[in-house]
Amino acid sequence: MTRYVAGRVAQAVAVLWAAYTLTFAILYLLPSDPMELQLAAAGIQPDSLTAEQVAAMKAQFGLDRSIGAQYWHHLTGLLHGDLGTSLTQRVPVTELIAQRIGPTLQLSAAAAVVSLVAGSALAYLATFFRWNPLRVALTRLPAVGASFPQFFVALFLIQFFSFQLGWFPALGNEGPSSLVMPVVTISVLASSVLAQVLVKSFDETLRQPYIVTARAKGLSRSAVHLKHAFRNAALPAMTILGVIVGVTVTSSIVVETVFTREGVGRLAQESVLAQDVPVVLAVVTLAATVFVTVNLIVDLLYPLLDPRISHLVHKGAM
Amino acid sequence: MTLVEIKGLDAGYVRHRTVRPAVIGLDLTVAQGEVVALVGESGSGKTTTANALIGLLPANGRITAGSARIDGVETAGAKERTLRRLRGSVVGLIPQDPMVGLNPTKRVGEQIAEAVRLRGIPKRSAYAEAVGFLDQAGVPDAAARARQYPHELSGGLRQRVLIAIALAGRPKLIIADEPTSALDVTVQKRILDHLGGLVRDQGISLLVITHDLAVAADRADRVVVLQHGRKVEEGDPATILSTPRQPYTRQLIAAAPRLAHAGHVVPRHDVRDKAVPAPILELTDVRKTFPGGFTALDGVSLTVPRGWTHALVGESGSGKTTALRVALGLEPATAGSIRLDGTEIAGLSWGRMRPLRRKVQLVHQDPFATLDPKFTVGQSITEPLVSFGLGDRRGRQARAKELLDQVALPAAYLDRLPAELSGGQRQRVAIARALALRPDLIMLDEPVSALDVLVQEQILRLLAELQRELGLSYLFVSHDLAVVAEISHTVSVLSRGQVVEEGPVASVFTAPASAYTRELIDAIPGRRAVPAGDAGA
Repeated sequence: MTRYVAGRVAQAVAVLWAAYTLTFAILYLLPSDPMELQLAAAGIQPDSLTAEQVAAMKAQFGLDRSIGAQYWHHLTGLLHGDLGTSLTQRVPVTELIAQRIGPTLQLSAAAAVVSLVAGSALAYLATFFRWNPLRVALTRLPAVGASFPQFFVALFLIQFFSFQLGWFPALGNEGPSSLVMPVVTISVLASSVLAQVLVKSFDETLRQPYIVTARAKGLSRSAVHLKHAFRNAALPAMTILGVIVGVTVTSSIVVETVFTREGVGRLAQESVLAQDVPVVLAVVTLAATVFVTVNLIVDLLYPLLDPRISHLVHKGAM
Repeated sequence: MTLVEIKGLDAGYVRHRTVRPAVIGLDLTVAQGEVVALVGESGSGKTTTANALIGLLPANGRITAGSARIDGVETAGAKERTLRRLRGSVVGLIPQDPMVGLNPTKRVGEQIAEAVRLRGIPKRSAYAEAVGFLDQAGVPDAAARARQYPHELSGGLRQRVLIAIALAGRPKLIIADEPTSALDVTVQKRILDHLGGLVRDQGISLLVITHDLAVAADRADRVVVLQHGRKVEEGDPATILSTPRQPYTRQLIAAAPRLAHAGHVVPRHDVRDKAVPAPILELTDVRKTFPGGFTALDGVSLTVPRGWTHALVGESGSGKTTALRVALGLEPATAGSIRLDGTEIAGLSWGRMRPLRRKVQLVHQDPFATLDPKFTVGQSITEPLVSFGLGDRRGRQARAKELLDQVALPAAYLDRLPAELSGGQRQRVAIARALALRPDLIMLDEPVSALDVLVQEQILRLLAELQRELGLSYLFVSHDLAVVAEISHTVSVLSRGQVVEEGPVASVFTAPASAYTRELIDAIPGRRAVPAGDAGA
């Protein structure tokens, strides 16, 4: 068991490192000049500086060193919790993210929970009802939900619930009511993805002979569905939990932009436009950390939920 | 008293908006305490009858006419609520395949307790009762087993758990749908004997569904033979076995080795006085130890004489499959020598082994799993030719037709997909594919154990014909001595990785040396066919 956990953790760290390195490589290969960006941010014309002044500034930010040295510098900084300094705002990146992370965490967590509940409920009902038209309608619903672009869903919600009905605020991140529409926007996509996988898994599970055994005992259909089908159907679907959480994180870019929320998603969008490389790198690393952590948790939970992976839990039970 | 009364039952499955009948005008009764066997090949409507009786037909199943009453309650077209009151408490079901009949994520004790609780027993005492039923079903150390998950139990134990579940509702009737066909013969026999004892002691009626007339005749008070959804014969076993009226029943008798020879198993080939041909395959003192220290083969030696069939017999876990994989070079032997047609293959690299592979081909147990569902029959058969770069397109097509002809399938089947074929036809295709490279030796891994007795017999006959025409040698792996008697010349009996007995099949059957072999012979069903006073088994 400890070997399994250690292995998984090592794997997670390796994936994280690879994601960081790849992002670093891509961002530093972009044809942008960090010096120019900084000077522009400070309102200085590049022509007005002497070659010595430019060199001094480059040295100050470590831009005179080779890519490898810079990479090493950033990586060791990262390990010490130092994500570098924003090129355009001239404040530490950790400070920027700390300011913005609250609303995004709220949004992502709420959206993940809602997606999980809604997606599971939809799949459960779609496979439980026997009246065919309803069944077909519920089974098709996730495909519809997954095919609407998020900005469209968001704009529709704003138009209808803010402008026409005035139920929820269209902008900002003040209070719980401002959270409702962004959460719904993300959940439409994430819960649809989950429901699609889960419906398929349910259909597969309900065809298994042990379902007949359970029914032949005299259990009601709802008892069979809940006690025998649900857990077995949920197991294969668990692997996409990482994807679901990933969707809620990446969706925050679109959603925070549309709803003008002050979050990390919008920070990412702004930083990309401004080519503020350290901030983009930090946000991508953060997203990768969340994704890897969720997948790690799923991996560690799996043997607890599926006794067939028993050699990990209690060795040699045969 | 009549417990089950089926009258004029028509049932079928909806396909393309029409109902294809599976059961036609069936009348069937089961009295309280009676054991009735429903016998027929797959597609004869046995399982449909059972499922229709307790309202567990699949979604496309329909009862189109007739009535089915259990304990006076009509179940044809009944509401789910009515059926639920019958299931478990009046009728218990023992499903077909124990390997997949239990929920993999629930402890077996809980799965039994669930059935007990439906009788209104509180949770804690329900669990204690569940352990009691497990004990009744013949599971040793029941309390410990109850805490285990299905995957931690062998097939035989799982089947006993399913029996415990059926008993847990205290039913008046148990329906056992091919209850043991997925198990080793010795385990089959033990479980069927145990189940028979339980129902007799407790006065429970039993409806046994089986494709094997010998199994039915050994245990039933009354045998009902179904063919194409209709009842063709009914009566007590002695009458049916002595004076079968239908040709179909006669076929079923002929397909059971013990029934065919009045209780004796007479091996088809007697090579006791013949000179043994030179070996095509020779394993000498082969050992196989897996990482972790498990020894699967412990000094196994065996010889397949050229042109003969050598059987490798043993139950699950005896090392048969490992021996086969080692002989095929798929798994390296830890020690020992493997000579194929005079060439030592132990330790050969994959590349050096490849030309030799043409000489040996493999046919698997499960004809449903070994054919690519997206490949047409023609593609499957010619794949080995393509893989070895033999012939051009037209040549391969001609060869495919020839091969289909050899396994007695029409050339029109070239374009069919496996899903369109029956189990027996698929196994024929698998054999044709094995023949494509004109091998000298074919390894047959339980080639008929997934098939009905009648189809088994056809496939065995086909294999014998091919052997005669093409001079093939077979290494035939099986757990069933009844089948071995039909096809093999010589046999090795394997137990726990060691050969416990070997020699011509005829001498092993007449004078088995090991207790294990005697148990295997004893497990061949059809003992009731033994004339009175001559009961040897």
